[in-house]
Amino acid sequence: MSELRMDLHTEPMILSMGPSHPATHGTVRFLLKLDGEKILNCDTEIGYLHRAFEKHCENGTWTQAFPYTDRLNYNSAVQNNVAYALAAEELLGVAGKMPERAVYVRTIMCELARLADHYTNLGAATLELGALTAFLYFVEARELVWDLIESVCGARLTSNYVRIGGLASDLPEGFADHVKRVFATNREHWRQFDKLLTKNRIFMDRMRDTGAISAEDAIALGFTGPCLRAAGVEYDVRKANPYLVYDRVDFDVPVGTTGDNFDKYLVRMEEINQSLRIVEQLLGKLPKGPININDASVRNPAKEDVKNQIQSMIHHFKNTIEGITVPAGEVYVPTEGSNGEVGFYLVSVGGGKPWKCRVRPPSFALTQGVGEMVKGAFLADIIPTFDMINLIGGECDR
Amino acid sequence: MADIFPGPDIFPAGMLPSLVEMMAKIIFIFTMNMGVFAPLLGWVERKQSALMQDRIGANRADILGFTVFGLLHTLTDAIKLLTKEDFIPEGADRPLHYLAPFIAVVPALIAFAVIPFGGQYDLWGHKTNLVIADLDVGVLFVFAVASISTYGSVIAGWASNNNWSLLGGVRVAAQMLSYEVAMGLALVGIFMVYGTLRLTDIGVAQENFLHWGIFLQPLGFILFITCALAENKRTPFDIPEAESELIAGYFTEYSGLKFAMFWMAEFLEMVTISGVLVALFFGGWQIPFVSGAALARLFGFLGPNLAQVAVMLVHVAVFWAKILLWIFILMLIRWTLPRFRYDQVMKLGWKIILPLSLINILVTGLVMLLVK
Repeated sequence: MSELRMDLHTEPMILSMGPSHPATHGTVRFLLKLDGEKILNCDTEIGYLHRAFEKHCENGTWTQAFPYTDRLNYNSAVQNNVAYALAAEELLGVAGKMPERAVYVRTIMCELARLADHYTNLGAATLELGALTAFLYFVEARELVWDLIESVCGARLTSNYVRIGGLASDLPEGFADHVKRVFATNREHWRQFDKLLTKNRIFMDRMRDTGAISAEDAIALGFTGPCLRAAGVEYDVRKANPYLVYDRVDFDVPVGTTGDNFDKYLVRMEEINQSLRIVEQLLGKLPKGPININDASVRNPAKEDVKNQIQSMIHHFKNTIEGITVPAGEVYVPTEGSNGEVGFYLVSVGGGKPWKCRVRPPSFALTQGVGEMVKGAFLADIIPTFDMINLIGGECDR
Repeated sequence: MADIFPGPDIFPAGMLPSLVEMMAKIIFIFTMNMGVFAPLLGWVERKQSALMQDRIGANRADILGFTVFGLLHTLTDAIKLLTKEDFIPEGADRPLHYLAPFIAVVPALIAFAVIPFGGQYDLWGHKTNLVIADLDVGVLFVFAVASISTYGSVIAGWASNNNWSLLGGVRVAAQMLSYEVAMGLALVGIFMVYGTLRLTDIGVAQENFLHWGIFLQPLGFILFITCALAENKRTPFDIPEAESELIAGYFTEYSGLKFAMFWMAEFLEMVTISGVLVALFFGGWQIPFVSGAALARLFGFLGPNLAQVAVMLVHVAVFWAKILLWIFILMLIRWTLPRFRYDQVMKLGWKIILPLSLINILVTGLVMLLVK
């Protein structure tokens, strides 16, 4: 009997999960202190994907930053394009003068990007929970959305679509019909995915009550986007501080109650439906007209004019070599990215380059919550929790 | 002339045919498992998952332009695994690290010895029983041998000197122990109904379609297939090797042919499990509504001996077809469901399956008493 009660000396296991681990995609490292399978402590280490994005932006002209912004959250590249363009236009003082059509098209593209992002996130989350087939249903849905984005700007992932004062190109012919076809199949994919997972007992067990966070903690940690809304805070930049034409469309903001992974999953699932709704509404009232601002000092003139008129050619030359001249000042414009608030803080001292470019990435704030959310949980709980955070290394580490 | 070789007769009457028969059966089962199923299931899995996921699947490897439905990938896999570096991590327990894959793969092969892949046939006056070892403890032998393969995984996890492997090994030990208890109890109902542990007798008892195990023991069947999935360590019970959590669990530190052996062990276990499922619940080699005697009459034109051979071939084919069907279903489950969490697997095993199998035994007993 005394032998049974004998104290066996044990000590916690220190485990380094990542940076090279199947679950820590986006390259992050969790330094775990484990008692058996229970997590006593989890230190999150980021920075493996730091590539000096902000410094790069400051070394090019205002326009040259767009390809870099694509590589922040590459799942929804257009949203970063738009966020940067909105901030720059605010500084230029042309924010209110944008042609209607450009604003509509930007909104449509933002929502398409949100679809692609949510499809990727939810699909990848199920993949890591072992449901490989459900993953591919959403990958196919995402492929179709990427087909749409490709038809508009020629690239699937790194769109480089938006310009200061306009867009790179107009929507192609027959875009509305293409959208209709894609959305019909997308809804079918959504139904299949929903059927496979939402009421799946195993999936619920894995997601329910894991990675939960209270509304206060979420706000204190700087959470935004689906993860904050899952905790019950109804904050969506599109509603709270409408930009583009979000005040002119009818859509709901899904809100959860518990802040656990299942709520985050449900919020994202519903946001997919809302994005489909927004795009359909916008395509219905898409105005005709130009897509670029009629101001050659902001947006390059059309190619034919550049080649045929000396004035346009000079503008084009000056814009390309010196960069468009942005008056001195500073600005922060928040937008609602797929994972939360994406905002650019830009400082100009005049001249053709940003003096300071700082991006507020949603993943950065969300990632600092991981340790808090998995403390006391099982090792396996890191997987859904980290997936629902949707850390994008490119965005978090910049 | 008669007594050139005096002394005891080294071949007592009837022993030579028995020996030939035994060797033939062993070679047949070995070829089916190692030669056909182990390599082929990799292909089946690729193609089936492709089918489920609306993809094309493996179709690139070719010889002179012939891809043979991607079957050549099996060959390239084999070449790749044979030529890979056999890596043993620093600080690993070398003998145990070496031994573990063998312990994992051999029991999966041995377990098949007691599963009858056909009935009993009278071939040219020689009674042939299509099972390698017709043990009267049949199923218990399968359990006993299957639990040995657990050691392979546990030792692999321990010997690798890797925390992920160790966690995987710990998970294997806990999961296998829990589910072996439940699996054994889930089958008690079957033994009560058929009154025997001998798998050949259970096969014979299932000649009548309505006496198949799945009809007599529906709950036992569901419980057994759940436990069998857990024993097989495949999704949704693949927590010991959950690639998103533990990289590859207990065989993280294995490469080359030893990695392939774990891989093969998994496939062979799947074949064995399907074999047990078919033998216990799905009528073994029997064809629904067509008895062996009826089949023999159908082939009567071949003469009595050849008719028996024909019946035997049909039965063997039916048995393997049923196994294939079950493998297909097991893979369907594997590609559809997400995986459990460690504690949830334990909860399912001890708190749901174990009580249910006890209830199943009770209900089976009561029904048998009432029917009597």
